[in-house]
Amino acid sequence: MTHTRRETLLIGLGAFAAATGLAGPSLAATLEERIDAFTGGAAMAEGGITLTAPEIAENGNTVPISVEAPGAVAIMLLASGNPNPDVGTFHFGPLAASQRAATRIRLAATQEVIAIAQMADGSFLRTSREVKVTIGGCGG
Amino acid sequence: MIPRRQFLQAGLAASALWGASGFGAWSRLAAQQRLTQEDLIGPPGPGNLTLIHITDIHAQTQPVWFREPEINLGVGEARGQPPHLTAEEFRAAFGIAKGSALDYALTWEDFVALGREYGRMGGLDRIATVVKAIRADRPDALLLDGGDTWQGSLPALRTAGQDMVELLGALGVDAMTAHWEFTLGSDRVREIVETQLACPFLGANIFDAEWDEPAFAPMAVFERGGTKVAVIGQAFPYLPVANPRWLFPDYSFGLRLERLAELVAQAREDGAGIVVLLSHNGFDVDRKVARDVPGIDVILTGHTHDAIPEPVQVEQTFLIASGSHGKFVSRLDLDVRDGRMQGLTHRLIPVFSDVIAPDPEMAARVEATRVPFAEEMAEVLGHAESLLYRRGNFNGTWDDVICDALLAQRDAEIALSPGFRWGASVMPGEAITREDVFNVTAMTYPAAYRTEMTGEMLKAVLEDVADNLFNPDPYYQQGGDMVRVGGLAYRIDVGAPMGSRISDLTLLASGEPVDPARTYVVAGWASVNEGTEGPPIWEVVEAHIRSLGTIRAEPRTHVTVTGI
Repeated sequence: MTHTRRETLLIGLGAFAAATGLAGPSLAATLEERIDAFTGGAAMAEGGITLTAPEIAENGNTVPISVEAPGAVAIMLLASGNPNPDVGTFHFGPLAASQRAATRIRLAATQEVIAIAQMADGSFLRTSREVKVTIGGCGG
Repeated sequence: MIPRRQFLQAGLAASALWGASGFGAWSRLAAQQRLTQEDLIGPPGPGNLTLIHITDIHAQTQPVWFREPEINLGVGEARGQPPHLTAEEFRAAFGIAKGSALDYALTWEDFVALGREYGRMGGLDRIATVVKAIRADRPDALLLDGGDTWQGSLPALRTAGQDMVELLGALGVDAMTAHWEFTLGSDRVREIVETQLACPFLGANIFDAEWDEPAFAPMAVFERGGTKVAVIGQAFPYLPVANPRWLFPDYSFGLRLERLAELVAQAREDGAGIVVLLSHNGFDVDRKVARDVPGIDVILTGHTHDAIPEPVQVEQTFLIASGSHGKFVSRLDLDVRDGRMQGLTHRLIPVFSDVIAPDPEMAARVEATRVPFAEEMAEVLGHAESLLYRRGNFNGTWDDVICDALLAQRDAEIALSPGFRWGASVMPGEAITREDVFNVTAMTYPAAYRTEMTGEMLKAVLEDVADNLFNPDPYYQQGGDMVRVGGLAYRIDVGAPMGSRISDLTLLASGEPVDPARTYVVAGWASVNEGTEGPPIWEVVEAHIRSLGTIRAEPRTHVTVTGI
């Protein structure tokens, strides 16, 4: 629990710095390779994981997102369209009251944000949300 | 279940069932020049609950000319659906006779000739007459304002919305939501809401930006006709994207449909017989919301300025579109019994200013708000030889004048003008007054900038705005029209994906293709960036009109539209 909270805070305070530091695969790794490294190539089911993100980012430099997957031991977040897609991986210990994490991330352009949960039984769940990053300015 | 007959009556393209109180009758009366105030407002409705909807008045207290769009394309699911009908398609869908009063009110063709016959529309004093007539029959009718009320005129700009706050208070608004209101700045919005506003200011999707907690009341519950009426407010979801975030940095918006669903459930749990969404989402967004968030009986739509003569039914939800600039008032008579809505009668009341008498009390109040600025507003800057209008997906003639002003007065090669949907028209033969110029420019970030952009950047801007208008998923649209351009021609394929809609960019001065690598001098206004420098756009436009004296602006063909 303590470890989990510390890590969550670390990620929460600076998703980029933390994610870069924690990233296992090299920067050259593709999105698929990153996912494979997390899932071991296992199949991922839909449902059971909720990713909340704005449809259009109000500010691409700080986009609030949250993810929840009841029963998960870890959730990996990926920003598929960023130069470095790693956002971070949240780990939930056995005493965690809920398997939910919220943070703010930077998105370089319109892209899919992907969340993959590793469940206690070793199975994986996947979901994604498209977040639009726009120059804006002409609504009315 | 609502009885089938009433569903049909309320459904779309069931004009035959609207009968004597419907649109066909007005068309005939108008054609016979027998249109009366009583015809327009209509007889008392059935049911036990009456809602009155006004929206997107944009501070227009006076009757205006307002030409509806010639091009209003729908994409994805909305393609060819109301409100994306114009001219003959619109008339056919709603049984409106060509050349009738309603044709004039709701479509664009023959606008000048029909306008001379049927006159200006709107005016808060006429709206007051309509509201009073409905309340004489149904004293507890709820009057709901969909927002974009405190911005759009010289007096509203100079008083930071004070005139409209007082006038709408006198009109007896029961609840409102917002969009352009926030461009007055967070502090001013809070000041009005906390110390002056007589009604709830609703925004289920307005959150504190730092703590992500609700910032305004999401919902108001009224007891009417023996039932609980839950009114949920939904502010424009993309305020910080479409308008300058620095003016209201404390707030975050967004669709927040999970919260909306929670509120609908809560309202039902608390015993609401009917749930109404007072929305500034825009029509296509609301069409999708109706499907994604079940349990809303009525959505009073706004933002996209559509006027639709009949409700649009999506699943068990009825969408109402009440136009803009005070041209229309919607009346809904609802039968709510045994904890649910069992019937709905709808009337889109066109506010013909020559038919509906001004309410003397409101007329006096409006006059008082205008007196301090009367001389300034009345000053004649030039004359219009052709119709000046704005609304439509691409350039309008008013925007062409603004772009020409930017090119000439700011010595630029290319001009950009935002695709706002607000702004009254000026008829050919009329004087162009300062009030007219403010009616298409009055806002709080008016700096007319002059900058340099590469051809590549220009294309990126056009692609970005095009996607905000033509993304097939309405949740990714922002509801404005396409950015207007001067000195530039381009081709747009509205059906293409983001990034590949725009092609054949051509600099009109040289007739040469725009070079992605070259730098161009670009003038524009209404930038969302803080610290933008330049004279206010109304000064630029005024100087241009004065220098020309008479303005002749025929519709231009520099934008080629494909993929419709």
